[in-house]
Formats: sequence, structure tokens, C-alpha cells
Amino acid sequence: MQLVNGLQLGAIYALMALGYTMVYGILKLINFAHGDLLMIGAYSAYFLVIAGLHISIAFLAAMVICGASAILMDKLAYKPLRSQPRLKALITAMGVSLLIENGSRMIPFIGPNFRRFPDVVTLKSFYITENIVLTNIQLFNLGLAVFLMIALSLVIKKTKIGIAMRAVSLDQKAARLMGINVENVIAATFAIGGALAGTAGVMTAITYPRLSPYMGIMPGLKAFVAAVFGGIGSIPGAMVGGILMGIVETAATAFHSQIAEGVFFLVLLLVLLVRPFGLLGKSTKEKV
Amino acid sequence: MRLDPVFSRSGKGWILALLATLMALAMDHMGLVSSYVMFVLMVGLCNVVLAVSLNLITGITGQFSLGHAGFMAVGAYFSAFLSKMVFGISDAGASPFVPLLFVACLFAGAALAAGIAFLLGSIILRLTGDYLCIATLGFNQIVVVTLNNLEIVGGPRGFYGIPKLSSLLILLILTWFSVVVIYRYAASVRGRNCEAILEDELAAESLGVDSFQVKLHSFVTGSFFAALAGGMLIHLVQLAHPTQFTFIKSIEILLMVVVGGMGNIAGSVIAAVILTVLPEALRFSQDLRLVLYPLILIIIISRNPVHYFKTKFSLRTAKGEK
Repeated sequence: MQLVNGLQLGAIYALMALGYTMVYGILKLINFAHGDLLMIGAYSAYFLVIAGLHISIAFLAAMVICGASAILMDKLAYKPLRSQPRLKALITAMGVSLLIENGSRMIPFIGPNFRRFPDVVTLKSFYITENIVLTNIQLFNLGLAVFLMIALSLVIKKTKIGIAMRAVSLDQKAARLMGINVENVIAATFAIGGALAGTAGVMTAITYPRLSPYMGIMPGLKAFVAAVFGGIGSIPGAMVGGILMGIVETAATAFHSQIAEGVFFLVLLLVLLVRPFGLLGKSTKEKV
Repeated sequence: MRLDPVFSRSGKGWILALLATLMALAMDHMGLVSSYVMFVLMVGLCNVVLAVSLNLITGITGQFSLGHAGFMAVGAYFSAFLSKMVFGISDAGASPFVPLLFVACLFAGAALAAGIAFLLGSIILRLTGDYLCIATLGFNQIVVVTLNNLEIVGGPRGFYGIPKLSSLLILLILTWFSVVVIYRYAASVRGRNCEAILEDELAAESLGVDSFQVKLHSFVTGSFFAALAGGMLIHLVQLAHPTQFTFIKSIEILLMVVVGGMGNIAGSVIAAVILTVLPEALRFSQDLRLVLYPLILIIIISRNPVHYFKTKFSLRTAKGEK
């Protein structure tokens, strides 16, 4: 039972972690505002559902909106800082995050208060044994997450843009010399990462139907930790890391809800001690 | 030498800072400014110590730490625990020994934090770059969770009823102490070693710098002063709550360091004051300030503050900057 809960939480983290890890792989930038894309996704789905659209359309629209917001974020905030030290881009990312959170708090129809996401799917439970209960929402979330991850792996492995992404993350200058339009690749990375975060946002909204402008902070942070846990920059690492961290958190919450977060970070510290570059990360030898 | 041009031996920075200090004391003495302005100024002093101490770790040694608020929390809680529960101080004016006892409490808190920094640092300073950053962030959150579960200091309700012991004079003295010590540290052989590691760790090692020891030493020193500042702040606001010390606070401190310029101690001092006053100055705009603040920050960062401070406050240009 807890395993299933953990898996579904992990699926959300994994989707978010993919966005972090892809952007990091290409720009070496920790995009702190990534968590807020989750919030944007949840809210856009909320308004579409309120307007009477079907949830599947809301899903697609949230993906598109988040992808577009991610590109916009990159063009407005990060692009002017490409040649600057990384720390500046990092601080700017924090600023963007604050701006989105507080900005949406100001907008009257989002507002500072919690909003309840409408029940779009009637909850059905399946009893497998006495203790193991699956809900249709959990199954749906897991299925969608797995589908998206497989789709993403295929995109990265097979398509032209995927190959270009890997090339840019290996060596940006060389990629540019080979005629790859680096800016386009960066935009595509942000778009895909944003779309995944949007999906995660709608999934969060369906499962835990409480929306607030600050809802993206903690999942965002934990997904980032999951990405580091799996080895930042590595795509399978983000998936594995996300799911494992989801399971760890759920297990710790079941054991003692107060210390769950502490356990979460303790596990991270321990893993980094044993494997300083994350579970599936590649260790880079320092060159002189 | 890449050291602070402002606080150099003949620098005007020291004189300016001294003048500002004397002016603050005079204004306080004559009651020229409202207690609100004085309060903001005193919070600013705590932030100066925080920013300067993080600058030692991040700006001068190049070790990216997001756990500064964690050490701050350790110092704050432990010193408040000592002053309130162990010594039962309730009033600053009770006896002339109270300020001394208070400073002793602060240093005890700082020493505890330094001990923790030593243990933590011996483990995690082997990590580099973003992995170090996330490990320190993890430490910070562990501290917050621990404090949330420590019933003796109020747990999630917060720790209140802390005596108001931070007076302007004490804060000024401690701030001066911290800035001078960190400045001298940066100018010493150890500080040069730190800079060597910042520039190129491998090259430093090959020239016989024990990089791990040097990093650990600066990490412990920086954390010591972070905890000192935590204690100073908590005896000013008289209320401690675990949520004050999350990684968000660490990022705020990092922000001051970045705005002031990495490795630039005078810059950190100025940036800490500006970034304390800015949110207060924006208060007239009410809710809008929550949006204005990050917007101004993004603009400041993209305007290249390091360059700004370097050229504005020194006779040397930013030539040869990496």
C-alpha cells in the first residue's frame, strides 16, 4: 500500500526531476523556478476545468502553457546571463521563482487563498488484497508518468532534436561548430521540461486537490534533490532518483510523519557520501 | 593580491564605516530616529555578519554553501536556550554583568555551531560544486526538522520569551569584531590559500596547499560567525521559529554576497545593508512589494554588481578580473 503511494509520489518527483536534469545537462543551471511551473500547470488546468473543458484537454493545455512559460522564462531571464558566471543565473532563477509566486499571488483571480481543485475523476478503489488498495487516480498517474518517460527517452535517443540536445550537453562549442542551433535546442529543452512539470502539476492537483501560489516550492525542491540523488544531468538517474525519493518519503511519513523530511535529506547525504556524483551520475575526472 | 580594495590598509572604507558607526551611536543617543528605523538598522547589522561570513566560505574559498541559515539556527537556538533557560536572564539592565553573560552565551552558541560545522565539513567538503550545495541544503533542512521536533525549545510553536539583550552598542561591537576578524583572516596566509583554492584547486594542491584542511578551516570559521549573527538576531526579535531558518534564508544571505560581489568584503557589508532596507523601503507599495523586490533583484544581478562595486568604491579598476 505504502509502496503504491510512494510510487505515485515518486512519479510526480521523477517528472519534475527530468526537467531539472535536462536544463542542468545543457546549461549547467539549476532552474529554481522549475517548481513554479508545476503551480502554473495546476492553475491552468483548474481554470480550464472550471470553464467546462474535459480533463484530458486540460492536461494537454497545461503542458502547452507550461512549455511556453518555460521558454519565456529562459528568453527573458536566463538568456541575457549566458556568458555570465553560473552563480548569477542561479540567483536570478531564485528571483524568477519569487516573482512568479508573488506575482500570481497578486493576480486577483488566483489570489493568496487556497483553492480546491474540482473532482474531475470519480475516485474508484480496487482491492487487490485486504491491505493493498489502488485508486484509479494512482493507476492513471503512474501510467501517464511511465508513458511520458518512455516517450522522452525515445525523443532523446532517436529524434534529431534529441541527438542535438545530447550533443549540446556534451560540448556546446563543438555542437555549435557542427551547425546545431544551440538557442533552439535550449528552447526545446525548456519546453519539454516545462511540459513535464505541467503534467506533474495537473497530476498533483488531481491527487491532492488543494491549490496555492506556493504549492510548487516543496515538490520543486524535492524533485531537485531527487535529480541530484540520481546524478544530475543523467536522465535515467532523474527517473530512478525521483521514484526512489518518493518511496523513501512515503515510507518515512508512514513511520513518523514529523521527521519524514529530515529522513529524506539524510538519505540524500548518505548517498552522496557513498557516491559523490549521485546514483547514476558520471564522475568527472579533473583535468589539468 | 585580489583582496578588498575598499578595506585596504590605507582604504577609506574603514574610515567611512567608522563614521557610519559613530553616527548611528550618536543618533541613537540623541533619539533622533524612530525605534523602527533603529530596529531595521540592527537587523541590518546581523545581516552584515551573515553576509560577510558566507562570503568567506563562498566568495573567498569558492565553496558553495546553502546551509548558512542552518548554522545560524544552531547559534540562535543554543544561545537563547542558555540566556533564557540556563541563566534565566530576563532584563538587560538588571546588572552590569548581563551584557557580558549575553556575549558569552552568543559565543557558546557560535562554538557549538563551529563544532557541528567541523563534523559536517569533514564529511561533505569532499564533494564539489552543486553536490556540495545540495548537501549543505540538506543539512539546513535537517536542522529545521530537528528544531521542529525539539519540544524543549518550543518545537513547531516557536521559541518565544527570549530576553531582548541585543543593544545597538553590543551589535555594533560584535559586527566590527566579525568583519575585522574575517578581513584579517582573508588577508592572512590561510586567506591566500583559500583564494588559491578558489582560483584553481589542483594548482593550489600541487603547490603544497592542503586544500581539504584549508576549506574545512574557512567553513568552520564562516559557520562560527553565522551562528554568532543568529544569536544576535534572535535576542533582537525575541522570537525564534524553525521556519525562519529554512534554506530560503540561506539563499537570501547568498544573495547579499552575490549582489555585493564574490570575495568582496566591503561589497557584502554594503549589499547586506541595502538588501535589509530595500524590502522595508518598498513597504509603501503594500502587496506590490512582493513583486517589486524580486524584480529589482533580477535587474541588479543583470547589471553586473561586482563591476559596479569595484569601480565605484575603489581606485583600482576591475582589470584582470576572471
